[in-house]
Amino acid sequence: MLAGCNPWGGYNFAYLDEDTKRMVRRALLKAVAIPGHQIPFSSREMPLPYGWGTGGIQVTASIIGPADTLKVIDQGADDTTNAVSIRQFFTRTTGVATTEKTRAATIIQTRHRIPETPLRAGQIMVYQVPLPEPLRVLEAREVETRKMHAYQEYGLIFVRLYEDVVRYRKIATSYNYPVEVNGHYLMSPSPIPKFDNPKMHRSPALHLFGAGREMRVYAVPPFTSVVSLDFEDHPFEVQRWDQACALCHSRDSFLDEIVTDDRGGRMFVCSDTDYCSERRDEGDAS
Amino acid sequence: MTDPYPSVLLCVEELTKFYGRRTGCRNVSFQLWPGEVLAIVGESGSGKTTLLRCVSGLMPPSSGSVHLSDGSGRTIDVLTLSEAQRRKLIRSDFGFVHQDAHEGLRMGISAGANTGERLMAIGVRHFGRIRAESLSWLERVEMDLSRIDDLPSAFSGGMLQRLQIARNLITRPRLLFLDEPTGGLDVSVQARLLDLLRELVEELSASVILVTHDLTVARLLSHRLVVMQKGEVVETGLTDQVLDDPQHSHTQLLVSSILQT
Repeated sequence: MLAGCNPWGGYNFAYLDEDTKRMVRRALLKAVAIPGHQIPFSSREMPLPYGWGTGGIQVTASIIGPADTLKVIDQGADDTTNAVSIRQFFTRTTGVATTEKTRAATIIQTRHRIPETPLRAGQIMVYQVPLPEPLRVLEAREVETRKMHAYQEYGLIFVRLYEDVVRYRKIATSYNYPVEVNGHYLMSPSPIPKFDNPKMHRSPALHLFGAGREMRVYAVPPFTSVVSLDFEDHPFEVQRWDQACALCHSRDSFLDEIVTDDRGGRMFVCSDTDYCSERRDEGDAS
Repeated sequence: MTDPYPSVLLCVEELTKFYGRRTGCRNVSFQLWPGEVLAIVGESGSGKTTLLRCVSGLMPPSSGSVHLSDGSGRTIDVLTLSEAQRRKLIRSDFGFVHQDAHEGLRMGISAGANTGERLMAIGVRHFGRIRAESLSWLERVEMDLSRIDDLPSAFSGGMLQRLQIARNLITRPRLLFLDEPTGGLDVSVQARLLDLLRELVEELSASVILVTHDLTVARLLSHRLVVMQKGEVVETGLTDQVLDDPQHSHTQLLVSSILQT
């Protein structure tokens, strides 16, 4: 199943060599054992720049098998440059089936979104994480942040929320919103909108996070509690929109604002393209 | 466990710190009672700050012991606490005002967040309460309340020290460490700040260990004095007594070098 599996030859199955994949999987096992805790791994150079998803690609490459079905999204869409390139990369190096359907996928690699369609047990979400350390903006010393995690000294993250309320009269952080995992570790959920935070709470799917440049992986195992931090008098809230999706008329999904002309015309559509088109197909059928 | 030091808040015994072959401080022992202000004086390099850092748990000494009464009759051995316990103790029971405000403050976040941080660290999760407490403490250290949302980098030296004091006192620590709190400030600001410190310390009935090279500051604030030279204690006693009738030659030198006005 190794080199002979893909038509391009020369590369191992899923690009990384077997020892590297094993190393990443060992780190992932640790990560699953300690939910939300960042585990160091020796990140490899990948054939794309840092910031384009090197961490997520290494995680996917380490866990993917010939029987998997892969879905890749970027900003919720299956057809954007990054999503297309990463999907093509895995098609070439593994030959596995790809899909745009959330329900059909066994592995979903993502940058910004968790699909609107509820995840099920057995599915794996892989996140591309730029900055795994939620305390880094406030505390530059790695030794110190590790101690803060170990002793659960998380007062500092509330300083960040406090500054938000002072400046904007509410917690304005709208993405990468800090969460507490399994009652202990503070975790950065990567740049997903806070709209998606509640989807992680007790999710039946496995969530794996990979940060290539920062050389960290972490995980939220299935059915683990994920609580978004807040103040008692400024509780956590997700984004809401006044209108429904212009295409599928959904009122429950995360909407993107699209400028349609230079005279102020704009429309709001679902950011999750698969969810939107599925709803439109259903609408046509009925 | 019974309390071997009844009514004593802090008991330091034979504290010694070596930096390689150099001596930071050697065989320093003293006791501190609740509500007392103890000044450690001496010239530059005499080991004052080393002593303060060892006693406050910021730096491990080479040998010696530090015992703290927990207020309910038990004694805590500060130096053998686990790191987690020590950090918790420092966070809740100690305050530390540094000479250099940049060391004691977070310069990248607003004044209000600086004062509120300790409340958030001990688990207060109500924004309104944190805000109200911060405002009340900024008022008590006589800061302009309209500056609560400004960054400390826009503050003057005197304001930075006031902010540091508010940040530390907001959780009402039992023991306050002051490392040259008025160093580098002009004389009028110094005088006002010292007045303020004296009032607040009295009001909170906190115990204070004050490190200073300035005998005038020690005279104004402290009840008792420890005089250090080359890492060792050369004289201790009531502040007025030591300053009016110095016994040790080094103390006599320090006292005689105060400018007479």
